[in-house]
Amino acid sequence: MESIILFAPLVGALLCGFGWKIMGETAAMWVATGLLFLSAILSWVVFLTFDPTAHAGGHYTVSILRWIESGTLSTDWAIRMDRLTAIMLIVITTVSALVHLYSFGYMAHDDNWREGEVYRPRFFAYLSFFTFAMLMLVTADNLVQMFFGWEGVGVASYLLIGFYYRKPSANAAAIKAFVVNRVGDFGFALGIFALFFLVDSVNFADVFAAASTLAETQLTFLWTSWNAAELIAFLLFIGAMGKSAQLILHTWLPDAMEGPTPVSALIHAATMVTAGVFLVCRMSPIMEFAPHATAFITVLGATTAFFAATVGLVQTDIKRVIAYSTCSQLGYMFVAAGVGLYSVAMFHLFTHAFFKAMLFLGAGSVIHAMHHEQDMTNYGGLRKKIPYTFWAMMIGTLAITGVGIPLTGWIGFAGFASKDAVIEGAYAGTQGGYAFWLLVIAALFTSFYSWRLMFLTFFGEARGDRHTHEHAHESPMTMLIPLGVLALGATFAGAIWYSSFFGKTNEVAKFFGTHYATPGTEEAAAFAAANPKASELKYAFDGAPGEGGIYVAPDNHILHEAHYVPTWVKLSPFVAMLLGLGIAIWFYLINPSLPGRLAENQRPLYLFLKNKWYFDELYDAIFVKPAIGIGRVFWRKGDGNVIDGAINGVAMGIVPFFTRLAGRAQSGYIFTYAFWMVVGIAVLITWMSIGGGAE
Amino acid sequence: MSVFAFYLFAICVIAGGLFTVVSRNPVHSVLWLILAFLSAAGLFVLLGAEFVAMLLIIVYVGAVAVLFLFVVMMLDVDFAALKAEMAKYMPLALLIGVVILMQFVMAFGAWESNAAAEGLRAQVTPTDRHNTEALGLILYDQYFLLFQLSGLILLVAMIGAIVLTLRHRSDIKRQDVLAQMYRDPAKAMELRDVKPGQGL
Amino acid sequence: MVAADLSVILPEILLSVFAMAALLAGVYGGKDRWAPMLVWAASAAMLLIAAFIGLRGAPGAVAFGGMFVDDAFSRFAKIVVLVSAAAVLAMSQDYMQRRGILRFEYPILIVLAAVGMMMMVSAGDLMALYMGLELQSLALYVVASLRRDSAKSTEAGLKYFVLGALSSGLLLYGASLVYGYTGTTLFSGIVQVAGQGDISLGLLFGLVFVIAGLAFKVSAVPFHMWTPDVYEGAPTPVTAFFATAPKVAAMALFARVLHDAFGGAVRDWSQVIALLSVLSMFLGAIAAIGQTNIKRLMAYSSIAHMGYALIGLAAGTALGVQALLVYMAIYVTMNVGTFAFILMMERDGQPVTDINALRMYSRREPARALAMLILLFSLAGVPPMLGFFAKLAVWQAGLDAGLVWLVVASAVASAIGAFYYLRIVFYMYFGEEDGDEVETNTSPVLYAFLMGSAAIMVLGIANMFGVDQAAAAAAAVLVN
Repeated sequence: MESIILFAPLVGALLCGFGWKIMGETAAMWVATGLLFLSAILSWVVFLTFDPTAHAGGHYTVSILRWIESGTLSTDWAIRMDRLTAIMLIVITTVSALVHLYSFGYMAHDDNWREGEVYRPRFFAYLSFFTFAMLMLVTADNLVQMFFGWEGVGVASYLLIGFYYRKPSANAAAIKAFVVNRVGDFGFALGIFALFFLVDSVNFADVFAAASTLAETQLTFLWTSWNAAELIAFLLFIGAMGKSAQLILHTWLPDAMEGPTPVSALIHAATMVTAGVFLVCRMSPIMEFAPHATAFITVLGATTAFFAATVGLVQTDIKRVIAYSTCSQLGYMFVAAGVGLYSVAMFHLFTHAFFKAMLFLGAGSVIHAMHHEQDMTNYGGLRKKIPYTFWAMMIGTLAITGVGIPLTGWIGFAGFASKDAVIEGAYAGTQGGYAFWLLVIAALFTSFYSWRLMFLTFFGEARGDRHTHEHAHESPMTMLIPLGVLALGATFAGAIWYSSFFGKTNEVAKFFGTHYATPGTEEAAAFAAANPKASELKYAFDGAPGEGGIYVAPDNHILHEAHYVPTWVKLSPFVAMLLGLGIAIWFYLINPSLPGRLAENQRPLYLFLKNKWYFDELYDAIFVKPAIGIGRVFWRKGDGNVIDGAINGVAMGIVPFFTRLAGRAQSGYIFTYAFWMVVGIAVLITWMSIGGGAE
Repeated sequence: MSVFAFYLFAICVIAGGLFTVVSRNPVHSVLWLILAFLSAAGLFVLLGAEFVAMLLIIVYVGAVAVLFLFVVMMLDVDFAALKAEMAKYMPLALLIGVVILMQFVMAFGAWESNAAAEGLRAQVTPTDRHNTEALGLILYDQYFLLFQLSGLILLVAMIGAIVLTLRHRSDIKRQDVLAQMYRDPAKAMELRDVKPGQGL
Repeated sequence: MVAADLSVILPEILLSVFAMAALLAGVYGGKDRWAPMLVWAASAAMLLIAAFIGLRGAPGAVAFGGMFVDDAFSRFAKIVVLVSAAAVLAMSQDYMQRRGILRFEYPILIVLAAVGMMMMVSAGDLMALYMGLELQSLALYVVASLRRDSAKSTEAGLKYFVLGALSSGLLLYGASLVYGYTGTTLFSGIVQVAGQGDISLGLLFGLVFVIAGLAFKVSAVPFHMWTPDVYEGAPTPVTAFFATAPKVAAMALFARVLHDAFGGAVRDWSQVIALLSVLSMFLGAIAAIGQTNIKRLMAYSSIAHMGYALIGLAAGTALGVQALLVYMAIYVTMNVGTFAFILMMERDGQPVTDINALRMYSRREPARALAMLILLFSLAGVPPMLGFFAKLAVWQAGLDAGLVWLVVASAVASAIGAFYYLRIVFYMYFGEEDGDEVETNTSPVLYAFLMGSAAIMVLGIANMFGVDQAAAAAAAVLVN
């Protein structure tokens, strides 16, 4: 069954990509979509029936084939099935299947292609191929296979961002995404090398088993001695930064919105960008031994969440707003992972996949209705024209802003449960420090820009081209059904799985298949003595690294502490959300001229945010321009003059000269030939008697 | 005496070879070649290999050289033109010749056979027989394989000569030996009585 | 004694008897009308003998007082020689019959040449070596001028004959010097004498002359000049034959003489071979660039390939000999396929040899063009093809023996040489049609050989069908 889940998308991609000429366009697309729905249904079956306690170590392995066998490097192509994989399976296949279905409507007519050009089977094949690569990534049981999937999704992402290959901006965005990811991948690859260097294996089982040893190993890298676990954790996180668009390596994600909107929903919101979070959770046994690296992850995640939220405040392109929102939400996930709440990181990943995919698909629906107009300043008053899309977007917004009944923890939309969990975890993990406050402020901003998007799009007067507004129409059923399904997820996913991801220690441990200590152990007693608030502490994680989906060190009690943060902390995200909503209502419903005036008054700040903190300009000056300059020098001078010059000189001048010479020697006369033979003899004899062994 | 005879024959061989190459008239060249063969035969006699000497005279002088003469006389080769072309290479050829000569002077000046060489050389020769008999023994016994191979080589040469020169032409009359042999007067002849003044 | 000796040379005897029986059948039977049948029979006979050699008892016998050696090395070479000769013979039947030059003597001469080659690779004595060499050469001289009404073919035969005679003279002179110094013509005797410390200048000169004589047979520079003229003038199937079996035999003989007879003087001859090798590689690569006749091109190609193969010999190690044998086996396979293609090239029933006629060939015959592309890539040594692995083997042997300069030079030469192979590919795939296009003979035999050879170039990467192990065993026997 696991193999079917993994390979159905590949089969779909191949059949659709290469077989559409035989099957016909529509049939090929249905084949790809059907196979993905099969994969999705099986994934749900696997997820719901998976019982980690039934397997030794909380996971099992399905071997597919022996892959690389070279020296001591031995890797199988295998599926590691544990809770972490199961969660990713349903996220990936569900969103992917729905995006496939959605694309029937969205890609039906596209002005980027000429009359009669066939582009849809190619699009579906890429989508299916992406899904396969992503599944490879999450099912990997070793780092090399994971890296293969990691690069596979990179390729798919490149192909899909640049899908409109006639648009220069799309091509540029695709290249940017690829190149920026390369920086991260370099770190990831170095991390794999370091692990192989120290552990002599890349299989997760061996790597995790060696985690505690790594923590006591010193490794010299870049002329400095490092703690091996810290260094490896840091290098792997650099990979995660690239893939998950964290600060410094985030610049590609907004540009990636050049791709078709279903792609943004699938790759750049729900699945691929969360691969970094998945990587950190997957490598939790290493992370647990690397306190400095995880502290760095926390700080960087929080900063990204804040930064992206500020930029999202002023963007006018509907997809870019959501893109920055994604970037920001990924920051939340990293904060959770950084403080040691891997289950919460996965929780937010899980719920975020639903509501963010939904927001993107909803935005796509709006864009579809507005004839590919993406500027929100040209929207307005669309509530009546596209009611279903409006309600879908409304649910998505309620979810992302975290609407729910405060203090219950779980009664509310999906984002409410998971985001509040993250913020509580951040407070517990940093003792109310930097990360916590940034996240709360980011929550306020999130609420503001999300509602701003809603109000600009669906409320107020229609702006922009009148003609477009008159022709605005509701999307077809193929697009609305995915929205409906995702709406269910965005509404209920948090409440249903709250206790599994962020419940009591024993509930979480059972869900992830991690071993836990029942009361009465010394560990529990010691913890209870140290923390008076934890009088109810009954259970504590005490599994071995590599057991179950995630590893939580026995001295990591964040999960417990997060439940006992002060009440004001628990209320803070809700208050931030209300504040954001209030400001948005005031700015865009009550007093619509205010934002413009504010931007006038605070022009430097506005421009700073509008230009995304000038990251692109900075990189352009530091990296891109010098690189182009160096490249130009090497191209013109090095390649053009030196290499081409030398090669051409030899190839056009010297070689033909000898060719003519050889042709002339070949006179056709026997005595010439005989003469050369004698000359040869003379040369050989002389050679022998001068240089040879003649003593 | 034998020393004198050796040098006489040796000088004749060298002179014969030299003039074979340099003489202008190809017929003269062949005649010089015959002189070289004869002198070589003389050298063999001096070595006590009279059978080989006679073979040289009979086969090389009697058959090969005479065949050469025929060929040279039948083919109208303009040696002068060829020589003119060759003259262009003369300086370089002389240089190469001198170089090779120098090398050989060096080699043969310090010539010394391996200590074991004489023994190995004598080993193959039967000592208790007349040299013609010994030759036969070696040829048909010890070197049987090589002898047979020579036969194959000659066969190939024969096939080659036939393949390259024999042409079957249908428009010429041929001698049919069998037809001639089985001819009898009854079939070949008819007797007629010719009457005077009438004819047939 | 004699019976034991005869049983060792049984394959040679059987093949000779077959040749003579075929001759009788041809003369007293249907003459040239029987020629096609004789071609197939000769081809089959050679394959059978090859199978017989491969399957008969353990090698290692010596016959006729050491003159004839039957070991793993000679068996490897014999099988390659016989199989390639049989393949080329099978390819030639259709072509020669349609040109009216299929004489019944042709298969017989080829078989006798094969007998000569078998003697060559088994030679354990300078005289046996010479006999085998002459038997082979004489047959080749004749088949080169088989198209006796063509001035070019006759000229080719005559040139080959005269220069061959000169090379035989050099070889014999060298042999007499060696005999003069060592007092024996047996390799086993020579190696004892020549292996002892200092070698006199006279013996070295003898060695050089022997090398020169053999270098002529493998057409190594500067003894190569007959090659382009003879390849061009001879009928194409004969050219195909020249480029395959005799090259293997001569190369094997080369290795046999140098290792068996002069194994103690590796340092002395290694440098001479290296010189021949580097000259051949560069001349083969550079001179071919100016050629538009594909037969002349293949002549220079074979010169260059002999240069690469000689690297294995220059290494002077068992690894080198193994690389040499593997190289020759792959080279022969490539050439069989390439010549199958050349034999197919014709226009209005007449053979075409101009490479310009191949412009846009891929559009007309995609399958054949692809096969030829694979073969040309392989000849050029482009990595995924088997030809690259042949080069890799000799390079490894060369590096192992410390001949770094030679390996570097050969890499440069192969880069230059790639130009003319790839130019044909360029013509086939990108050239502009100018109306003089080549048509293709549809002979199924040629098609099978072309496709089979191309398939081996690709499939051989995965599995060499035991050729490399057999070559390793053969090399181990020769060098110890």
